[in-house]
Amino acid sequence: MSYDLSSEIILFLPLLSFLLLSIFGKRIKPEISGIIGTMVLSITAILAVYVAYGYFFEFGKVGGVYVKHIVTQFSWLRFNENLSIDMGIVLDPISVMMLIVISFVSAMVHLYSLSYMKGEDRFTMYYAYLSLFSFSMLGLVVAVNLFQMYMFWELVGISSFLLIGFYFTKPSAIAAAKKAFIVTRFADLGFLIGILMLSFGAKTLDFFVLIERLTVPGSPYIAAFTGTSFLGLSTLSWALLLVFAGGAGKSAMFPLHIWLPDAMEGPTPVSALIHAATMVVAGVFLVARLFPIFAISAPDALHIIAYVGAFTALFAAVIACTQTDIKRVLAYSTISQIAYMIFALGVAGWGEGKDEGFTASMFHLFTHAFFKALLFLGAGAVIHAVHSNEMKDMGGLRKSLPITHITFLLACLAIAGIPPFAGFFSKEAILSAAYQNNLPIFYVGVLTSGITAFYMFRLYFRIFWNKLAVHQAGHSHESHTWAMNIPLIILATGAVFAGLIPFGSFVSAQGNAVVLPFNLMFSVGPVLVGLLGITIAYVLYGKKSELPAKISDSVSILYRSAYHKFYIDEIYLFVTKHILFNLIGRPSAWFDKNVVNGIMINGSATSTVMLSGAIKKMQSGRLQTYAMFFLGGVLILAALLVIKFI
Amino acid sequence: MEQVPLTHVLILSSILFFLGIFGFFTRRNLITVLMSIELILNSVNINFVAFNRYLYPHQLEGVFFTLFIITIAAAEVSLAIAIIINLYRRFNTIDIDDTNTMKY
Amino acid sequence: MSASTIIFYILSALIVTFGALTVFTKRIFRAAIFLLLTLIGIAGIYILMEMQFIAALQIVVYVGGIVVLIIFSIFLTSSGKEKVNPHTAVRIFTSALLAACGMIFSIWIISTHTFTPAGITPIDPSVRNIGLQLLSYKDFGYVFPFEVVSILLLAALVGSIVIAMKSKKQ
Repeated sequence: MSYDLSSEIILFLPLLSFLLLSIFGKRIKPEISGIIGTMVLSITAILAVYVAYGYFFEFGKVGGVYVKHIVTQFSWLRFNENLSIDMGIVLDPISVMMLIVISFVSAMVHLYSLSYMKGEDRFTMYYAYLSLFSFSMLGLVVAVNLFQMYMFWELVGISSFLLIGFYFTKPSAIAAAKKAFIVTRFADLGFLIGILMLSFGAKTLDFFVLIERLTVPGSPYIAAFTGTSFLGLSTLSWALLLVFAGGAGKSAMFPLHIWLPDAMEGPTPVSALIHAATMVVAGVFLVARLFPIFAISAPDALHIIAYVGAFTALFAAVIACTQTDIKRVLAYSTISQIAYMIFALGVAGWGEGKDEGFTASMFHLFTHAFFKALLFLGAGAVIHAVHSNEMKDMGGLRKSLPITHITFLLACLAIAGIPPFAGFFSKEAILSAAYQNNLPIFYVGVLTSGITAFYMFRLYFRIFWNKLAVHQAGHSHESHTWAMNIPLIILATGAVFAGLIPFGSFVSAQGNAVVLPFNLMFSVGPVLVGLLGITIAYVLYGKKSELPAKISDSVSILYRSAYHKFYIDEIYLFVTKHILFNLIGRPSAWFDKNVVNGIMINGSATSTVMLSGAIKKMQSGRLQTYAMFFLGGVLILAALLVIKFI
Repeated sequence: MEQVPLTHVLILSSILFFLGIFGFFTRRNLITVLMSIELILNSVNINFVAFNRYLYPHQLEGVFFTLFIITIAAAEVSLAIAIIINLYRRFNTIDIDDTNTMKY
Repeated sequence: MSASTIIFYILSALIVTFGALTVFTKRIFRAAIFLLLTLIGIAGIYILMEMQFIAALQIVVYVGGIVVLIIFSIFLTSSGKEKVNPHTAVRIFTSALLAACGMIFSIWIISTHTFTPAGITPIDPSVRNIGLQLLSYKDFGYVFPFEVVSILLLAALVGSIVIAMKSKKQ
């Protein structure tokens, strides 16, 4: 089968599954719909590997450099000769890599949900939504046109809204879904403005034409765009920063990170799929897609992005140290790791020796998908066994949940950056790129990786060791279903071995093979910091001890504000409730109700009724009245005629 | 009759016409309205005959028109009377203001 | 001033008077009789204008047919002596105003217009000539309207029977 046809099937098969399950859902038995969904995504994953094989080993490399390959492109909405919204599929190193990640993790989540969501009464709709989400995300990464990516971006937002609010009878779930949607939608306003500015300046919406027009030196578009500046940044930088704002919303960067912890109200497989591996990396993908423009024509925007990423990484890591809900810990860990990817892109440049950051970021995206999805699915298994999310209800589960325990341990080692697991290679690549380009960010990165190791092992020890909960072995049980265990095992294999892929030879900013530097002396430092974090966690949480409580009491203010997520949510609530609602919302509502509705609508209705009431008396049904009007009219006309002609 | 100017005949007919119109506007009984309509038709007949006699004595068109008007007036009156009788049977009144159900 | 002009003016005065009485009187039966007298006066005008055929037609059809029909219907629908409530004064005033305006307007138009007679040899409006032209099918022949009018009369006949018929249930 040709690669082009396979890539089209990859995109449309989940859509077909969504339509099938949502339209005929009531007539299909739940188990059948689950199997249909899983089969569809498995086929998609296999085809994605097939297409990736074809691209990376057969036709993608032209002249020693990986080039883009447009599978199909057609003009969907044409404004004028220059500006049109095209729809298409493009194969590119990063899009092929994302195809593998998305379809593979999605297939694992589908398989896992067969057992996790068994017995739910909206089982079929769950699988329908999962297919819709997979379709939207796949469409996003193969988008040819900036606007096409925006449309799929919004589709992803909708699917995530549906999935987060899946348990819609719980008010907290509804609130979380609304919050996620509203925050990302608000960020997408920036994205849209950025798109409009970019299309206005470069007169095109196609990615590759855009890149070509804004990066070739001496292009007239660059001169026009960077000529004017506003507050010290050129217009192009502002446009790109606005586009990044949209990406920051989806990827939960500070200060738009507030939706991700609350989104844990959704089912755990959903968190694994959306909030670990796919949707939250959409922002990183967007920056990677537009990376040439960022690197060549707007490097100051890239600096700002790097600082935002670094700050968010540290911020989220500190908060994660204090949380007691295991899914919240994993959520903040996700925010922190995505921030790593963002600042890796931020410190990268263009050209030989400077663009390792790009490859490092994509590499981390790839490995993070594996171990974070694994962590979430493992957490799901723990929650399934213990029926609670809180750490205080867990402890000493390593004997009763052996497979979960081993895979969770492997994932924690990977995320802490311990060799030879996957996270070590990708994190080390990021840190070395940062070391070469921006030293303060490097130190922040090292510190954060230490904190990461600490809180991940705190989580690990609290769940699997340290028997302080009353739930004992007799009560909790490992799920003996293969549907939950197989994905864990497969993902664990990925988390262990994915680091050994020579990523640089496949994915890089300019398509050429990049060798990620591997300096033994250099990597010793961060690994030691990681081991230090693990040791501290063991000391505090490995056995029952009073030390954590004493430490938290001594830095009680810092602890409490970290526990309350630094009160960011409360600030937002204050601003919206007291400032926005009162100053803008209430007057607008008053105006709408009284002026627009009262005067214009009700007023026009009432005046029409009064006018018609006055006029309808003229149709009295009396013949002689009609005849009098008739004669009067004739006389007037005759008089006019006479006056005119005499 | 040659000494009577045409205008005088026409003035006669217009007076009759507007008397008929006034009766049409003012009378309440449907039959008296019908009678006013007959006055109007007759005034028109006088007009036709006068024009034929004074202005176009070589033709007979005025005569024919008058003939037809009289014929059709007869047909119309018979139908109108039939309708009035029907109305009287239904509403038991032929006051013109009581037959006003075709209104708003 | 020949006798015919004097007769004309007397006749026209009578016509106007009787016409006014038809319109103004409050008793229906008297209105019918005044109408009859008006129509006879108009027939007199026709005789003065040497259109004897039309005059005869007027008497036979109008007076002898239509006014008789009107009187029958008066008897059928009311007692004949019943008075009718008058209109409001506003209505009467407005209608009088309109009619007066119209009358003045048309009389003014008539007076200020010069009518030019065609001085050609007149044709005698005898029954023979009328009949020849009425049934002629050449140019200026009226046979087609004649036939149409006869169909119209048939339709009016059938129609008035149908409308005024008592339905079987009553």
